[in-house]
Amino acid sequence: MGKTITEKIFNSHLVDEPFGDVSVLSLDRVFCHEITTPTAIQDLVARGKDRVFDPDKIKAVIDHVSPAKDSKTAMQGKILRQWARRHGIKDFFDVGNNGVCHAIFPEKGFVRPGLTIIMGDSHTCTHGAFGAFAAGVGTTDLEVGILKGVCSFKKPETYRIEIIGTLSPGVYAKDIILEVIRQISVDGATNMVIEFAGNVVDEMNMDQRMTISNMAVEAGATSGICQPDMTTVDYLWPFIKDEFKSREDALEAYSFFSSDRDVVYAKKKTIDVSLLEPLTTFGYKPDNVRPVSQLKGTRVDQVYIGSCTNGRIEDLRIAAAVIKGNRIKDSIRGIVSPATPWIFSQALEEGLIKIFMDAGFCVTNPTCGACLGMSNGVLAEGEVAAATTNRNFNGRMGRGGMVHLMSPATAAATAIQGEITNSSLFVNQEKPHERI
Amino acid sequence: MKEFKGKVLCLDRSDINTDEIIPARYLTEIEKIAMKPHLLEDLTLDGFSPEKDIKDMGVILSRENFGCGSSREHAPWALEVNGIYVVIAQSFARIFRQNMFNCGMLAIDLPRGKIDSLFEFCKQGQALLSVDMEALKIQVKARGRSLELSFSISEFDKALVREGGWVEYADKNY
Repeated sequence: MGKTITEKIFNSHLVDEPFGDVSVLSLDRVFCHEITTPTAIQDLVARGKDRVFDPDKIKAVIDHVSPAKDSKTAMQGKILRQWARRHGIKDFFDVGNNGVCHAIFPEKGFVRPGLTIIMGDSHTCTHGAFGAFAAGVGTTDLEVGILKGVCSFKKPETYRIEIIGTLSPGVYAKDIILEVIRQISVDGATNMVIEFAGNVVDEMNMDQRMTISNMAVEAGATSGICQPDMTTVDYLWPFIKDEFKSREDALEAYSFFSSDRDVVYAKKKTIDVSLLEPLTTFGYKPDNVRPVSQLKGTRVDQVYIGSCTNGRIEDLRIAAAVIKGNRIKDSIRGIVSPATPWIFSQALEEGLIKIFMDAGFCVTNPTCGACLGMSNGVLAEGEVAAATTNRNFNGRMGRGGMVHLMSPATAAATAIQGEITNSSLFVNQEKPHERI
Repeated sequence: MKEFKGKVLCLDRSDINTDEIIPARYLTEIEKIAMKPHLLEDLTLDGFSPEKDIKDMGVILSRENFGCGSSREHAPWALEVNGIYVVIAQSFARIFRQNMFNCGMLAIDLPRGKIDSLFEFCKQGQALLSVDMEALKIQVKARGRSLELSFSISEFDKALVREGGWVEYADKNY
């Protein structure tokens, strides 16, 4: 019987199968940020085991609250910074060079097909967009990963979801993943890897694949995964050009990490997105999803464009195309947070930052901040946000606040209108990018 | 190995997420004990008051997909510092479940029928629950009555509980 991408990665990284219950895998990457890592570091120090398995395989960033907002977050940064220095972790990204972990690590070329990656962050599944097995873990798994370079996983089953058809204008990767979660629910893929396939995924660029893989965990999945192809190779080429003679050679090597034709999947689903409308969430669970048209007119206090789901350059281009020539409603606080310094700089060069600022947006430095209600745009009790983020849990962006998840285009249109609105009002339907 | 027994706190809802268990605003804390007063602070559930209902509890009983959302191990830690070492639910989110065993604590999943009986039993009066790790049995007592249920966990999870968590286990074996 054939093997899935995930099974191939598991087999090539298997260290142990204690009691036949779980697979202990060797790790190619351990990603760290300042919220979940300091407690792991302190525990290692307390145990007299302040060591790292391989400083080159560990990558660290300060991203959740950056720059530090108070003494406690300053101390978290300090613990991570000092640890990175004393262990010679070269790839450590501090204020000025830092960005949202799941945007900056791929951008730096750290994610490759076939790798095993863990991080103390549930949205680590993002990196599956490259055909890697990437999973969020808790601090104890992170601690053992740092010390020993291994992590245990129940062998996950694979749920293949084929996205087919042709997207209508104004409908984006974010709408697709919201539709997937709506259909399979918040625990529809628990202990499974979602393998995204179909012509729509094949045609996606890496930013879009990262958006869909990012939210696999909102359906309970261990990871999302996309088969590596020429799009993956093209994205990675600047980082791998010395490893391969040509892009075709790279593609051939990476093609090993694709599911065999005769694989029997635990579950399969095909979703035709041709008739899909822009979507948004309405309650406190990411599977509470409805067409934007049904929530039209819903009052909003803050619009947030950013995060590891939708803070990449393409997201900013799409939002700016909607915003250009408009001003956001006086009643709206608009916040844009480009996810990395490169994205910020590129957006400046392309004139996107000026479009946002002219329209009345506040443009912040790269940080996770507002997405989880920690800094840079926390909601007050009773306030409502329209956000391009990934979680709408009760109080997620601030105690007593509510979040509607949506695409950058819908968020931008909502900022202009002051209430939840479809972006079609503001964009030339024939040529959606014409206005830039 | 921890002792797995105590009064049962019933949280009769599915999809209780880690933001509800411990909100992100407390993730700036580095000491586990700092989370003690904030357990389930943002959970709105009919008849539940985090100020009154958590004190002296040792076990949580809940429904499907308990612990979904963030990977924060602060969620099991917030339980641990409040003396709650056992969560019994119909199902768990993967990361939360693994975090519980990694800390040497118990996340026991039971089929719908058994969860229903437990809720029914516990609603009749303050119940005291104990877990026998050798016999793999849960015993719950209230008002002179008792109920016994069996459960299963993997050998690997048992080993983690026995060793006191994954750091100890991994350090010994890898």
